[in-house]
Amino acid sequence: MEAALALRDRIVTLAHGGGGRAMRDLIETVFTPVFEPPGMEDQARLMDAALQEPGARLAFTTDSFVVTPVEFPGGDIGTLAVCGTINDLAVGGARPLWLSAAFIIEEGCEVELLERVVASMQREAAAAGVRIVTGDTKVVGRGAADRLFVTTSGVGVIPPGRELSAARVQPGHVAIVNGVLGDHGATILAARGDLALSTDLRSDCAALGHLMEAVLAVAPGTSCARDATRGGLASALNEIAAAAGVGVVVEEDALPLRDEVRGMCEILGLDPLYLANEGTLVAFVPESEADAALAAMRSRAEGRNAVVVGRAVQAHPGQVRMATSFGGMRVVDMLVGEQLPRIC
Amino acid sequence: MCLGIPGRIVAITDEARQLALAEISGVRREVNVACIAEGPLDDLVGEWALIHVGFAMSRIDPDEAERTLQALRDLGEAQEALDAMAEGQRALEAAK
Amino acid sequence: MKFASEFRDPALAKALLARISDVADRIGATREKPVHIMEICGGHTHSIFRYGLDKLIHPGVEFIHGPGCPVCVLPMSRVDECVEIAMRPEVIFTTFGDAMRVPGHRMSLMQAKAGGADIRMVYSPLDALELARRNPDREVVFFGLGFETTTPSTALSIQQAARERLTNFTVFCNHITVPEPIKALLDDPDMMLDGFIGPGHVSMVIGTRPYDFIARDYGKPIVVAGFEPTDLLQSVLMVLTQIAEGRAAVENQYARVVPEDGNPVSLAAIADVYERRPSFEWRGLGEIDASGLRIRPKYRPFDAEEKFGIGYAVGRKAVDEPEGCACGAVMTGRIKPTACPQFGKGCTPDMPLGALMVSSEGACAAYWQYGGSRGLAAE
Repeated sequence: MEAALALRDRIVTLAHGGGGRAMRDLIETVFTPVFEPPGMEDQARLMDAALQEPGARLAFTTDSFVVTPVEFPGGDIGTLAVCGTINDLAVGGARPLWLSAAFIIEEGCEVELLERVVASMQREAAAAGVRIVTGDTKVVGRGAADRLFVTTSGVGVIPPGRELSAARVQPGHVAIVNGVLGDHGATILAARGDLALSTDLRSDCAALGHLMEAVLAVAPGTSCARDATRGGLASALNEIAAAAGVGVVVEEDALPLRDEVRGMCEILGLDPLYLANEGTLVAFVPESEADAALAAMRSRAEGRNAVVVGRAVQAHPGQVRMATSFGGMRVVDMLVGEQLPRIC
Repeated sequence: MCLGIPGRIVAITDEARQLALAEISGVRREVNVACIAEGPLDDLVGEWALIHVGFAMSRIDPDEAERTLQALRDLGEAQEALDAMAEGQRALEAAK
Repeated sequence: MKFASEFRDPALAKALLARISDVADRIGATREKPVHIMEICGGHTHSIFRYGLDKLIHPGVEFIHGPGCPVCVLPMSRVDECVEIAMRPEVIFTTFGDAMRVPGHRMSLMQAKAGGADIRMVYSPLDALELARRNPDREVVFFGLGFETTTPSTALSIQQAARERLTNFTVFCNHITVPEPIKALLDDPDMMLDGFIGPGHVSMVIGTRPYDFIARDYGKPIVVAGFEPTDLLQSVLMVLTQIAEGRAAVENQYARVVPEDGNPVSLAAIADVYERRPSFEWRGLGEIDASGLRIRPKYRPFDAEEKFGIGYAVGRKAVDEPEGCACGAVMTGRIKPTACPQFGKGCTPDMPLGALMVSSEGACAAYWQYGGSRGLAAE
């Protein structure tokens, strides 16, 4: 009752960050009812059978999320924060188990927005079989943040004998992506509104823990996986090529792209290979296991459009090249900075 | 210089300011159609134009596009015939 | 995508490439003694690299990358002036994304933005107009940049602003024209070009007649080309055929978009709003007579140079280009990007020295991005 009273204006103020009753009210109204009641504590004491298995290793990761706009078609900052950290763990071969969530809230942020974000986080976490076990909130003055920043850290367990790393990629391994490229990046560009472009695109934001488990079950020779987030597929492949000391050749014809993403890229002069994804990973799999891995991905909604996009080769170690649909070959380098829309 | 792409005019949005909605591969954007307007703006709906920085700069002539493609196809056929001849010639030489 | 994908068909390209090889052989073009064809437009440079055309085509055909990238030919002093305007507290400075990273003498617009200037990337001058309507208490300045393709869009926007009596919208005009620098290149005694690929989108505005002098007075073939790969290959074939037949003419490969007389509405808007400057400074090429446009006195309230007392309005101070930067020599086709002593050393996309490394249309950036910093280009 008291909490409802304190939050009646439904706007976060600096008082909610003061450590006093207002802050407790905010946390008890918005966060604890959703995140696994009786709720988050400052510390979580974790127990899981998987930890006891001989040879099992802990995986630990952290990521901060800032996005404008905070809500967009297909998700919001909360979906990103949960999926992003789960995916970091998953592509490393870990089974994601627990997350922490820290919120930096700009004063003036609507409580309803917080509630929606928190609900998204809980929904994604539950679907992925992950618990949000601890958290924190801070409120900062207007202009010191852009409505809401979220940081999540995640802990997972890598089962014994599982070893995923870029260094294990061998020439001949094929590169498989689980879905279309660039949906998230293109959606955010359109959702910002300053380019006045409208599309029916939605972010591909999705947790990929179950998908990775499905792949690893049938393709145990999988050498490496990366989620193609910032910098897109091009950056993920470049990192792998550099770490593995192999070349990578991508087939332009094979790249799964929606018409709208192609359209956005043509209008703004962008390369879809560098657009961000939030539910897309690339996995390198021995050729003999490629069909099984593809089938495993395709059996899941988040892998329905899975396809082989290229392979690792002996030639041009450290470099990614693309065989263009036009019959040419070009280098796909790392980007220097963010891709900017251009008219030239 | 001058990134321009084909888009289709799908609706007139502001008659006075000569603005229309153009669609490019499922992406929609309001564009100025002053440069391609000849008669009533409504006649533009369904037309293809070259879009640059939010302006429909030039109508795309589907007949000319087809002519260019046909010339390329003809060239392809001619080249195939040439290749076939060269192939035949080589076979003849080899048979000798 | 209609009117684009059809022209990316590799099957069509195969025949074109074979025919190009036939003609190139016939005129004796070899890797050692190539035919030099300049694609004037940076968009063509981009397409050549994006589709790897330079690798697919007969080795006797060498592309020389022309000055047709408005960002690349923008002198540092103009970037400095942008920064100066953008730093004013009342100003919302709007620009195409292309210009954000171009180095100025002190900083780029990207750095100015980080330093507190209100700089916004827009897709269209229409978006800048809309910002002016929504922010009546702010000064909205649009960075008018580009060749004849882009000039009508700012001219029409200024006309619209005048109709609406907007008092807080101005254009910082840096529009330039294509024929004048081509003439300057052709007058260069070291010039070694054999033909030109003409800029398709500039030509949809100005038509094909402004290039007549190239064929008539200089005896060089020019073919106005579209931007898809078969467009470019077909245009190369048309140039080579002219050379083989000993002709020099203006031809139009891009007839689906380019009318011979250009676009009358665009031309009228340009003529109404703009007049020629006596001369305009080009990076790497210096001052070129009558190569730039300024806003006519009747639209003075929409001229940022006048409103803020900057640039040509107050007499400009020349700023030296950075030492060791060979953008000028690259742009005039005298050297390849990789021959510049700074390429990949003092000048990289992270720390560009010259504009050619910044714009994705710049020859150096294209060599870097598609040729690869570490491979292909050298192979």
